[in-house]
Amino acid sequence: MTGIAPPLDANTLLGFGLLTMLVATVAAIALSRRTMTAILLMSVYSAASTMWLLLMDAPDVAFTEAVVGAGVSTVVLLGAVLLTRGERVAKAGRWRVAAAAAVTLVLGGLLVYAAIDLPALGDPASPANAHVGRLYLEAAGRDTGADNVVTAVLASYRGFDTLGEASVIFAAGVGVALMLGFGTRATQDDPRRSRVRGLDALPESDHHVVLRVAAKLLIPVITLCAFYVLFHGETGAGGGFQAGVVAAVAIILHALVFGLADTMVAVRPGAARALAALGVLAYCGLGVASIVNGGMFLDHDFLLPPAFQTRLQTWLESAGISGGAHDWGQHLGMLAVESAVFITVAGTMVTVFYGFAGRLRDAVPEPGA
Amino acid sequence: MAEAIHWTGGTLALLGALLTVAGAAGALRFPDVYTRIHAASLTDTGGATLMMLGLGLLAGLSLVTLKLALAWLFIMLTSPTAAHALANAAHGSGLRPQIGLWRIVPAQAEDGDQTDDGDGA
Amino acid sequence: MLAAAAAALMAAMALMLIRALLGPSPYDRMLAANSFGTKTVLFIGLAGFLFGRPDFLDLAIAYALINFVATIALMKVVRYRSLQASLSVHRGPGEAGGG
Repeated sequence: MTGIAPPLDANTLLGFGLLTMLVATVAAIALSRRTMTAILLMSVYSAASTMWLLLMDAPDVAFTEAVVGAGVSTVVLLGAVLLTRGERVAKAGRWRVAAAAAVTLVLGGLLVYAAIDLPALGDPASPANAHVGRLYLEAAGRDTGADNVVTAVLASYRGFDTLGEASVIFAAGVGVALMLGFGTRATQDDPRRSRVRGLDALPESDHHVVLRVAAKLLIPVITLCAFYVLFHGETGAGGGFQAGVVAAVAIILHALVFGLADTMVAVRPGAARALAALGVLAYCGLGVASIVNGGMFLDHDFLLPPAFQTRLQTWLESAGISGGAHDWGQHLGMLAVESAVFITVAGTMVTVFYGFAGRLRDAVPEPGA
Repeated sequence: MAEAIHWTGGTLALLGALLTVAGAAGALRFPDVYTRIHAASLTDTGGATLMMLGLGLLAGLSLVTLKLALAWLFIMLTSPTAAHALANAAHGSGLRPQIGLWRIVPAQAEDGDQTDDGDGA
Repeated sequence: MLAAAAAALMAAMALMLIRALLGPSPYDRMLAANSFGTKTVLFIGLAGFLFGRPDFLDLAIAYALINFVATIALMKVVRYRSLQASLSVHRGPGEAGGG
């Protein structure tokens, strides 16, 4: 740190308030004795964390935190809790707590000691911002024609890293599917054995009409929002990851309100797995298309065939549209990258949800029920 | 005129936020789940309406106002529905409202589907 | 004035957080989580105006919808202890195939 106190303006005060709430929430999560409470508080933590990231001027990260933390993560954790016995956490012994506290204090102290020497937030002279960072900021508009530098870096400059990220997500989905989501054990086969407490004979007073109607209105809206986020990733906050998770949340809402059986008829588990694989495959195919046209792997400048690009250039000049054919290759490439990531993330999230929510046969009843 | 619209927008946004504070204070102080649900969801939706109206006045007629209107519409759709679903679930799981000084407790187990609410922590 | 509104929203969030930490029944906590999420949506919209970034409104729209789904999921698990059962009243267990 440079040793100058931050100005006492709205930003700083809001930041202080948010951080206090974050610390309080985390303390409550650590001290809670029921997993349900902890999951609930984790969704509150995600909301507060979203606001904190917004205050630090990172809308894309805040978007991801919002949709993943409060949406899919909560649902998947609930599914995981349902597959366990849900016992109360046993209180740890005194010496164990003391040892954990000592390790935490030492490590935390080391982190704080290291953080003192970090450059100030947003310092233009810091190593992260002075060299490659500045280059990206200056050249992103010229090279790719995108307004959102984050999307330009993700989808064009560092497209290979994003391919790795999509592969990691796909691998996680494959792992969950292998453990939870394949075969007859995972599907509901026998309604007589599904002794879901409270729902075999739904009490007359338990209408969910309002919820059903609202869900019917909202599911297409959420899907539309997902596509909006996908296509506006270049100009505003958003992109493929966030859009994929929002699309998966629409399917999750359908499953929550209308039952997993109906949802599995509409979006088959095999189709979700195939989509997840198709996204990664399409991404790699994109890179190969660039190689075929004479460039390097994932070089969007060479995405369009050269003959097509020259014809496009002459057409653009005759029509008087500025920008050049070069930008079209980049725009198409970035859109294709975001779409591939969208398909992979949506397929993976749906697979993970199906895996956790579909294992009714292993659902452990409440102790004492 | 533009100055007046600016001030009105800011005031409306502030009023919306204050309404939300009132709702949160109610959710803290009311004695019962149902009254808390009533306080929190009503004031959330009302405060959101006032705030979106104020921000829309500040932004003028543009795409930003359209997005604000959409956000308002989604809050109007989801917040009361969630409150209804919560109250429905709370009633179905056996929590009974506190009326005056008394809480009516059913004589026998009604639906047989009590969840283990209770001691929290 | 918008900064004052943001501070008021932050105070409301803090009060709701206290309810989330205190609430004796899980429904109190779920109410607090849902209300906290709605206040987050309002704060995101307000922050967009405070910092001159209208892109934040996309985030507000998406989060308003996501918050609802999270609340419904929590409600369903706490009340019925199942994620997959159908909430449609007029279908029997046989029709829905295990729901």
